[in-house]
Amino acid sequence: MVNKRELLFTSRRVASLGKGIWRAISVPVLAVLLAGIVGAVILLVSGASPIRAYAALFQGSFGSSAALGRTLEKATPLMFSGLAVAFAFKAGMFNIGAQGQLLLGAMTAAIIGFKVSGLPAYIHAPLALLAGALAGALYGAIPGALKTYTGAHEVITTIMLNYVAINITDYLADGPFKDTSPGNIVARTPPILDTARIPAIGNLPVGFIIALLVSGVVWWMLWRTTIGFEIRTVGLNPNAARYAGIRVARTLILTMVLSALLAGIGGAIETQGVVGRYQPGFNVGLGFDGITIALLGRTHPFGVIPASLLVGAMKAGSSQMQFSAGVAKEITDVIQALILFFVAAELIVRWLLRTRVAIEEGVKLSTGWGKQ
Amino acid sequence: MRQNFALERLKCFLRRWGTALLIGLGLAVVIGWGYTTNPRVTEAVLASSVRQATPLVLGALCGLLGERAAVINIGIEGQMLLSAFIGFLFNVWTGSLLLAVLAGVLTGAILGLAHAFMSVTLKIDQIIGGTVINILALGLTGYFYTAGLVTKGKLLPIPLGPLADIPLIGPVLFNNPPITYITILLVFVVHYVLFHTRWGLRTRAVGEHPRAADTVGINVYMIRYVNVVLGGALAGLAGAFLTLEAVGSFERAMTNGRGFVALAVMIFGKWTPLGAWGAALLFGFASALQTQLQFFGRVMIPHQFIGMLPYLLTIVVLAGFVGRARPPAADGVPYEKE
Amino acid sequence: MDNTIALEARNITKRFPGVLANDHVNFDLRKGEIHALLGENGAGKTTLMNIIYGLYSQDEGQIALGIDHSNELHPVEIHSPHDAIQLGIGMVHQHFMLVPVFTVTENIILGQEVTRGPSLDLRNARQHIRKLSQDYGLEVDPDAVIENLPVGVQQRVEILKALYREARILVLDEPTAVLIPQEVDDLFRIMRQLTERGVSIIFITHKLKEVLAVADRITVMRRGQVVGTTTPAESDEHKLASMMVGREVLLQVDKGPANPGEVVLEVEGLSVKDERGVDVLRDISFQVRSGEILGIAGVQGNGQTELVESLTGLRAYQKGQVKLAGEYVAMMNPRPLIENGMAHIPEDRQKHGLVLPYSIADNEVLCTYYQPPFARGLQRDQQAVIENALRLIERFDVRAPGPLVPASNLSGGNQQKVIVARELSRPVRLLIANQPTRGLDVGSIEYIHRQIVDMRDKGVGVLLVSVELDEILSLADRIAVMYRGQIVAVVDPETVTRAELGLLMAGSKIEETVNV
Repeated sequence: MVNKRELLFTSRRVASLGKGIWRAISVPVLAVLLAGIVGAVILLVSGASPIRAYAALFQGSFGSSAALGRTLEKATPLMFSGLAVAFAFKAGMFNIGAQGQLLLGAMTAAIIGFKVSGLPAYIHAPLALLAGALAGALYGAIPGALKTYTGAHEVITTIMLNYVAINITDYLADGPFKDTSPGNIVARTPPILDTARIPAIGNLPVGFIIALLVSGVVWWMLWRTTIGFEIRTVGLNPNAARYAGIRVARTLILTMVLSALLAGIGGAIETQGVVGRYQPGFNVGLGFDGITIALLGRTHPFGVIPASLLVGAMKAGSSQMQFSAGVAKEITDVIQALILFFVAAELIVRWLLRTRVAIEEGVKLSTGWGKQ
Repeated sequence: MRQNFALERLKCFLRRWGTALLIGLGLAVVIGWGYTTNPRVTEAVLASSVRQATPLVLGALCGLLGERAAVINIGIEGQMLLSAFIGFLFNVWTGSLLLAVLAGVLTGAILGLAHAFMSVTLKIDQIIGGTVINILALGLTGYFYTAGLVTKGKLLPIPLGPLADIPLIGPVLFNNPPITYITILLVFVVHYVLFHTRWGLRTRAVGEHPRAADTVGINVYMIRYVNVVLGGALAGLAGAFLTLEAVGSFERAMTNGRGFVALAVMIFGKWTPLGAWGAALLFGFASALQTQLQFFGRVMIPHQFIGMLPYLLTIVVLAGFVGRARPPAADGVPYEKE
Repeated sequence: MDNTIALEARNITKRFPGVLANDHVNFDLRKGEIHALLGENGAGKTTLMNIIYGLYSQDEGQIALGIDHSNELHPVEIHSPHDAIQLGIGMVHQHFMLVPVFTVTENIILGQEVTRGPSLDLRNARQHIRKLSQDYGLEVDPDAVIENLPVGVQQRVEILKALYREARILVLDEPTAVLIPQEVDDLFRIMRQLTERGVSIIFITHKLKEVLAVADRITVMRRGQVVGTTTPAESDEHKLASMMVGREVLLQVDKGPANPGEVVLEVEGLSVKDERGVDVLRDISFQVRSGEILGIAGVQGNGQTELVESLTGLRAYQKGQVKLAGEYVAMMNPRPLIENGMAHIPEDRQKHGLVLPYSIADNEVLCTYYQPPFARGLQRDQQAVIENALRLIERFDVRAPGPLVPASNLSGGNQQKVIVARELSRPVRLLIANQPTRGLDVGSIEYIHRQIVDMRDKGVGVLLVSVELDEILSLADRIAVMYRGQIVAVVDPETVTRAELGLLMAGSKIEETVNV
């Protein structure tokens, strides 16, 4: 008797999963299309040819295995900041500080990378990675604690901390950790040792593989563990969470720490896998990128993957676009903002699709400025 | 009996404005000492404080107009940036400063309209809506920016006759460029409107208890729209100030976080115009002090650390004060007519 | 009261997604009468009144108003509260529509402000309000700030709001929910004064006794339809209850005598101050034994909420001790309480009791998700969670398509059942039930009352907090009355009268309180 019921429920679950997936991707897909159209209009207005521009964009991102490699490379830090933002969202927190956390992670990984020597690669690289992750995590504890104990809204504190992080890393790269080898005037660290590098396999960056694994871990954590249950409950209804005995303050801080840890890993991989040292000025604006990707991916760890591939492709292909179609790179920023707008404007998009509005992610972000 | 009542009112006043008074007193002492030791530098720093405060005041007024009607706007940064850019462009094309300022104000108002549309009609999460504006502004200004352009002229200080000759206060308050004067005026205008007119009463009602306002026939949506658009215009003015009065040219991301600092100013000022003015002056003072600290100390503090000052101050203010101040009760919650 | 009609609603129909709130409703109000609109929660009374006040518009049907001194009726279109106010219709809502930080004056004039030039003319307004307040016997201080005023006074402000706008038709939506019996009498007196001045009143309620006490006519609604119109002379509580529900209703719960055992909850000297430093609980002491129901009676706002929050680990207290099953309890930590046998049915099911987007299954393990069999260490066991939900759905008769349906899809009664199922399926020593039947239909109310009595009979100690006197009187074995944060008396439900309870709830003492 119970078996039959179980079977019925399982098959219903599969069906509703399928329906759920469709409902989940329909909005982002349409949002991207709409943004592309509006972007084309802007291009036309500024005298460029949208077709040439988009074609060049595609060429530069998917047109060759080298291009594909570049796309994956760009997508990797995006995935981590997207995961960071999405993870924080689940608890109702808005972590715009992914950029600062990422920078600190990158810097720390660089320092461990060039300062520590004599270690074999299979220890040195993970050590640098871990150091970067921890640096990010600690930096994320600050806004987490501030929000929990003083009510300071993390939107502002994380943005402020971004600026602070830029200043700190600029100083470190220009001061105590500057590359003092002859002929170098740029403010940057010395290159990291080979044993700290995260290589690529042909054109496939290992960092991207790590990113895929991490998103799997994040999914498991949120939906299969007790900690994930606590995090999601706090995000959906902090009052009920408290009532049920969940320690809300501890959960919020833990969430910010873990979220920042993810960003820190992203930064470390950028140093160890791509740049090879810490150089200020790379990846500016990544904090906001993370938001776009998180929302485009419906704040789901698996949704972040295609979203970062898309944005990564745009970034990778934009130089090609600038080169062969003469279109300024920043149009991709504009398109990104448009994508974000359309994703956020679910109501419009859903109305276009005539789908019913469901309660899905009822996470409350704008609960004003006070304590929860 | 009478005495008790007066005592109660005094206690209430102190509880609300006590910290502010203390800070004010501390500053007065510092300024006094500064003036006696080095009058010219003190004057310069104070004058710079007033001017640095201007975009912060305007941003805070923008924020509080919206929040008094319960709409949170974290897109002030983007509004300032895009308005700065458009104002700048208009000046370069037309050569007129006035038209440029108006263009900036209009841009801010249009972005305000967009924010109102997203928050009030579409009921998008207001934090996300504000972020969209920020990203959009960064993208658009980056995309359309061409290096090397300079404004045709700049808005110059206008000394107000004999008032400008008063020692210390004169050069600081009465020898300022037009937008700065307008800003100070606006502080009082907004205060009056918010607390002494029909419109202000209705706005505050909408911010505290929109359903109550709805049931007496007030149009909640319209009030939110108007307030956010007007706020946007103010943010636009702040942007125009940056390019046309302060700097004289445009640079990518030149707002540099001021829009967010303005939010801290708004909170520190307890969502009141006069409070915001005081808080902005404090922040302006901190910014103005940056350049002084570089030259003063015998120890060379790395410039990056000094650059962090306004941002750290923002965090300290938020951490220390947001718990004590009460935002409008319905802040951030979209209104649903049942 | 003459027989001219002040307002007539013809054939009003209103649909919401999934429910027909008003089904061809016909209703009329005579000039100068008090017409009660009676029905359970969800019967459609508030919907009808919201249509009359312009907050909703009807899908079909029409409203007509009477013209003074004639028998003619004038069809009107009411598209907003503004229109309603212009037509002389005023509404006092169940949940007050007052801005807490504004003064009485500011609240009354809102939307109808008088100005002198661009400025608000508050002085003029104050004078006008003082005059109105004297004329109608509604004492208020125009400069008092609303959030500092007691509820009864706030209600007077609401009525003044309507009178300031020259309302001739006044709709009162569940006005007595927040009043003690003496304040209810005050309200009835004010209502009669108003009708003597020609104001016609519609009085919405679900309380039978009140309706029989004050109404001139009574219209009963059920499931969106008008069941019938009668007068107090022609009816009684049983007849009205049957009309409301459509069948015979047990007004009392069937229960045997209590068998109290050892003490499960001991509270000593509990004192709590709120965020503003005001005393909300003063030196509260009482005990609950296993196998008995201790009812806490009192009007909303006398500290019951804070008491329950303190006992369930949701609020810090400044002084006092709480012992659960003999062990001292730490503050602000619900988990050990839950693990030690405390069950809590919260006052606000959607705010505290459920996570609406979660499935029924996840809601059922909201308090126990980390314990085996639902989890081993960090890893959760989905299968065990679902099986548990299936069992509970069956045992507690939750009407739902399946365990994975989100709780938001359920009706109020079923949501409450999910909570009850969760709380009562653990090993329980103490059940704290706070307004457990608020907003529910009669069937669910009967069910939950049954569950509570069953728990008591199984040896659980029950602390029942409710503002519904009938509920307390019918369920409790002992009644403690709370007034202004203190327990003013403990009485025996078998011997105490409603009048005595009313006095106690208002803070007066009576000669004999049986110390049980």
